[in-house]
Amino acid sequence: MIELWMSVKIALRALRVNKLRAFLTMLGIICGIAAVIAMIAIGAGARQVISEQIASIGSNLLLVLPGSTTAGGLRTGAGSAATLTMGDLRAIRAEAPSVALAAPTVRGTAQIVFGNLNWSTAVQGTTPEFLEIREWPVVNGRPLTQTDVDGTARVALLGQTVAEQLFGAEEPVGRLIRIRQVPFTVVGVLERKGQSPQGSDQDDVILVPVRTAQRRLFGGRTPDSVNSILIKAVGAEALAAAQEEVTALLEQRHRIAPGKDRDFTIRNLSEMLAVSEQSSRTMSLLLGSVASISLLVGGIGIMNIMLVSVTERTREIGIRLAIGARRRDILLQFLTEAVLLTIVGGLLGIVFGVSGAAAVSRLLGWPTLIAAEAILVAVGFSAAVGIFFGFYPARKAASLDPIQALRYE
Amino acid sequence: MVVQLSDISRDYQVGEQQVRALRGVSFAVAAGEFVAIMGASGSGKSTCMNILGCLDRPTGGRYLLDGVEVGRLPGDDLAALRNRKLGFIFQGFNLLPRTPALENVELPLIYARVPAAERRRRALAVLEQVGLAGRADHTSSQLSGGQQQRVAIARALVNQPTLILADEPTGNLDSATSAEIMALFQELNRGGITIIMVTHEAEIAACAGRSITFRDGQILSDLPAGQGRA
Repeated sequence: MIELWMSVKIALRALRVNKLRAFLTMLGIICGIAAVIAMIAIGAGARQVISEQIASIGSNLLLVLPGSTTAGGLRTGAGSAATLTMGDLRAIRAEAPSVALAAPTVRGTAQIVFGNLNWSTAVQGTTPEFLEIREWPVVNGRPLTQTDVDGTARVALLGQTVAEQLFGAEEPVGRLIRIRQVPFTVVGVLERKGQSPQGSDQDDVILVPVRTAQRRLFGGRTPDSVNSILIKAVGAEALAAAQEEVTALLEQRHRIAPGKDRDFTIRNLSEMLAVSEQSSRTMSLLLGSVASISLLVGGIGIMNIMLVSVTERTREIGIRLAIGARRRDILLQFLTEAVLLTIVGGLLGIVFGVSGAAAVSRLLGWPTLIAAEAILVAVGFSAAVGIFFGFYPARKAASLDPIQALRYE
Repeated sequence: MVVQLSDISRDYQVGEQQVRALRGVSFAVAAGEFVAIMGASGSGKSTCMNILGCLDRPTGGRYLLDGVEVGRLPGDDLAALRNRKLGFIFQGFNLLPRTPALENVELPLIYARVPAAERRRRALAVLEQVGLAGRADHTSSQLSGGQQQRVAIARALVNQPTLILADEPTGNLDSATSAEIMALFQELNRGGITIIMVTHEAEIAACAGRSITFRDGQILSDLPAGQGRA
């Protein structure tokens, strides 16, 4: 076999002879590889966002919400029933063995004032377990304590967004803010969480002790009720058991006869995210397959042009054979040409794919993630396309009869 | 003997019909001979040339090239034989298009795995030998017919073959250029190179030292130069 370098040189010369044709042939591969890279990047970006969201929500979570009850054909909206109470929370903590942690939420919107600045945000009354369930550390100051809850302390933890809006660069810990005119001391600032799966800003929040929220802020008519109860199961495998236990417990506590509508609902948050991850995986697989088809079409283009080239250069092949080229040499020469076309096309495709993904990120704001593996796979794939689609024309060239080839006009 | 053909036959199957292109051809060529092969078209001279050039295999008979029995050699060995023992010169020059003369001449050396530096040195030397020292970078479109044929001759010579095979080397050239090429052939032959040349022009055949005339797949005559008539 001639040294590879020599066949690369011969192939380059042959490609230079018809630059426009070589470029157009490559264009198919360029588009295919660029599409594959961009689609993989978009898919990977979407999946990364989802897995970040899973991490930001916490794992093995159940959310208990007051259900919509039906009374005399009139269905009340979810939450309006105010059927969940602190008693339910205590019962869940005490009597459901598959539940590791449970935390209540009493939620409302309030205007927050600090000095001459004010900001409207979600105020959430909860217990220290909440931070543990959400895996949400305090970066500055201290977390809520049970003493805060028991003593109805007027203390608050700020989300990053609230801290920035009210304090800017100032130190918030130890300062006094007013929530619905009630003064609260800021005891800590929470770590940044980013967007929720629904796209809302999770850092635009203030946490206060649950009893303080019930008594001082949003209690109203039913000071013992809570808006929801967040539950962490002891493990992923215990999630279903926890759901059953909590359902049975609440049915019993709320005196719901078997077969009757429940006045609460339990949502499995991890499941929702798993579903959205699954759908994004399916989506990126779909995009990837469509892009691969364009790569396949590019490969067919290469094969087509190589066949034309073999026919055009029949006489050249005859000369080479007469002069002492072995059939392998001819095979290698044409194979090298095809592989060169696809590899150069593949490299250009990577450049276009990466910049295409970057453009999508910038213009549409979609997250993209370019993995080194995707690029390696693309290069390998384009070489494989070259070998696969170049082999038949190369074999055709190598099997020409030299006498016929020399006479070919 | 450089070439020894004994009772060579070559049959083709064309549709239903069996064509007997060669019917028992025997001759030998000694080292340093310059032989012209003549004959009308269809006489079998081209088939004989293809067999001599190891591009085709005889149906029957024995062909010894430089003492090697060619008939049963596998394809790769035939390619090696063409590369090292034979030099081809064609009527249509058959240079690679858009390729400089130097690279055309280097081509057999590439397939002989000669290193680049030596390839270049040897190719330049033979180009000088055929009188094209200054034209190494010219492509075929920049060369006249005579010059192109000189490049082809250089290419045939570069691997120091045992035998040069020329197929109508002057067929595409005017008479003045033909004479120049024939003079070059005679000069090479005087230098000890064995040449077998197919031609249908008696004038060209007269330059050779011996002429073999074919008719209907057989040798009609095998005479010293200038006496054969088709």
